[in-house]
Amino acid sequence: MKEYLLGNAAIARAIIEAGACVVTGYPGTPASEIVEYVAPFSSKYDIHVEWSVNEKAALEVAIGASWAGVRAVAVMKHVGLNVAADPFMTLAYTGVKGGLVVCVSDDPFCHSSQNEQDSRCYARFACVPCLDPADPREARDMCSYAFELSEELELPVLLRPTTRVSHASADVEMGRIEGDRAKAKFLKDPARWVMLPAHARPRHSMLLDKQDAIKTALANVPWNRFVLRGDIGVIASGIAGLYAEEALKQLEVDVSVLRIGTFPPPEGLCSEFLVHVTKVMVIEELEPVLEDYVERLARTYNPDIEILGKRTGHIPREGELDTFIVRNAIADMTAQQSEVVLSLKEAEEILPPRPPSLCPGCSHRATYYAMKKVFGKDAIFPSDIGCYTLAVRMGTIDTCLCMGASITVASGIRFADEERDICCSIGDSTFLHTGLPGLLNAAYNKANITVTVLDNSTTAMTGHQPHPGTGFTASGDETKAVSIEAIAKVLGADFVETVDPYDVNATIECFQMAKDHQGLSVVIAKQLCEITARKTGISRKPYRVNKENCTGCKKCVEFGCPAIEFEEGCARINSLCTGCGVCAQICTSKAIEVLE
Amino acid sequence: MRTSICDIVVVGVGGQGVILLSNMIGKAAVKAGYSVRGAETHGMAQRGGSVVNHIRLGCEFGPMVPVGGADVLLAFEPAEALRHAHFLSRDGIVLVNINPILPTTVTTGKARYPALAEILTPLQGLCADIKSIDATELAFKAGNPRTMNVVMLGALSKFIPVREEELIKSLSDSVPAKFLEVNRRAFELGKREVEL
Repeated sequence: MKEYLLGNAAIARAIIEAGACVVTGYPGTPASEIVEYVAPFSSKYDIHVEWSVNEKAALEVAIGASWAGVRAVAVMKHVGLNVAADPFMTLAYTGVKGGLVVCVSDDPFCHSSQNEQDSRCYARFACVPCLDPADPREARDMCSYAFELSEELELPVLLRPTTRVSHASADVEMGRIEGDRAKAKFLKDPARWVMLPAHARPRHSMLLDKQDAIKTALANVPWNRFVLRGDIGVIASGIAGLYAEEALKQLEVDVSVLRIGTFPPPEGLCSEFLVHVTKVMVIEELEPVLEDYVERLARTYNPDIEILGKRTGHIPREGELDTFIVRNAIADMTAQQSEVVLSLKEAEEILPPRPPSLCPGCSHRATYYAMKKVFGKDAIFPSDIGCYTLAVRMGTIDTCLCMGASITVASGIRFADEERDICCSIGDSTFLHTGLPGLLNAAYNKANITVTVLDNSTTAMTGHQPHPGTGFTASGDETKAVSIEAIAKVLGADFVETVDPYDVNATIECFQMAKDHQGLSVVIAKQLCEITARKTGISRKPYRVNKENCTGCKKCVEFGCPAIEFEEGCARINSLCTGCGVCAQICTSKAIEVLE
Repeated sequence: MRTSICDIVVVGVGGQGVILLSNMIGKAAVKAGYSVRGAETHGMAQRGGSVVNHIRLGCEFGPMVPVGGADVLLAFEPAEALRHAHFLSRDGIVLVNINPILPTTVTTGKARYPALAEILTPLQGLCADIKSIDATELAFKAGNPRTMNVVMLGALSKFIPVREEELIKSLSDSVPAKFLEVNRRAFELGKREVEL
């Protein structure tokens, strides 16, 4: 039976079908839905599914399960693998028992990320195999195969979809869900599981010795294949292979094609292809991983071949590819006419930009309003990763580097002897992810800064996943809810106050106290995410503008809520109003009132 | 040479139900026996930003409609129609909901929202036909303003090679039973709007 599935759902389906016992992850676009699709099946198929507090925890939990002999998966976005890089690199030495798939979604073009690093480089760095699916069907099939490959080689396998695979949909064949699974039994083997230097050295040799076995295993998989036509060729990896095939069909040219879906690529197939062609274009997204491999191989098999790609400027190294870009590159190589696209520049110039923004009624906007009132625009506002980074237009986001870096960057700016006030902000989920060591570090090293935890009781940006502060697990079971306030105190902050950002005066007062406090202060601005509030049935009466009182001062408009417009000299509140009431408190002429 | 049977690009603003609607179309097309490819916008852009989804019927290639290849541009918002007009094929058509959603750049006075004619005129030169639809009003008429996307689905049903029954079936599978009636009315109103 075929179903129309999102790439991430297809991967989740393969995980369930393969009989995985432990599935972990930390939310991150474009990978989040994988864990979410597995979670509802946790009790039916006895799968431990968890949102871990961060990617390092996620991978280590999955490693423990694999070492105990069962199949396990850790899911994260590309930058999450940086957080999990420590266990990942040494995991290659110890290897695995139960099949272990590390599923990492890359995000070319930074659709929803702070960088566009290429996870294939991590696989090469760690000397483990990597599978690069072109579409949801391949993602599903590769995920099933990854468990087998992992068990055959006793190595973790990196499954690396990209945004256009994870968030693509296709008709996908549904498979059978395995009935029997290995029973967990951790076998003690210190030479293998205890990475003392004396154990690590021989494991490193063994890992290097395994490289031939990896090549043999990947030599005949269906995702590496070629069609030999003319003596000009295209070699393309993952989704770039689909763009190339479509471009060739549109151009109707006689070009040979080699599609690659694995790293390391298959030497036999690649060398056979290189001998056949005189000129080749290597097409892949992000880093020239395949291209550099082809360059090296060509030295042996066809030194005279002309190789075009990123190194020659024919294929961009940043952003994502599409059929249009690939078509023009191939047309250029084959001396065909490139496609001409109508210039819409003039038409587009009249369009107002529509950047994503904080939702109507979002409490973060209110928190930042109060923060700016107290600290002023000259203060320094390091921030972090989450919806709240969208408040950059409010002037209260001065830095955003990586998960958890707000508090530490703020500390560094202070220790550099910057004299102005410093107030940083971090969301609740991010605080629990990697903010904790940063706060502990700030307390220990006596950083005189204010830390604001924007606590909306969810991981909002990635689709409202629970975290340890919410009292619920990934599968919806109740669990202990940790108190952010208690954590902040125990980590060493001596000023810790919780405030409701919808109460503007109280929040201003709270920030004022935090600012006046000498030493580390923590303000927890706590209010439900507006989207969660709506879903749980909380509804407030919307507000309206009483035109007679409105002076047209635009204070409410400048607040930036999408529910507030300005027309004919007056503010107007539109149907998006959620009734948070913050604008009514900001208005100095009492012109905003509840719509009865 | 064509590389799909029908290429559709659905555009709108985060929160208008672009993803939900695209999924209904994709599911119906799979039931109808097509090989289907789709691409969605998730994550940051969903927070009130510009959202683009692609659906390709009878296609074995990548999930994104190539620039200049869309047979139908289904736009839930006029400015978004023009913003994504580069996807249109010269033989393609535009189905556009004429009700603007003002971005914060406009509400805060930093940018101007153009008049409807300023948006539709340049579009006219780019494609075979434009159907302007007051979908927000029709959704009100159907009984719930949130069915605007289904009004647009009804209009779309006249221009894609998927039978109406398949789309309705997909709609019934996607919305709660108590909202089915209002959604069916919305579908019907959208369909009738382009029949006239």
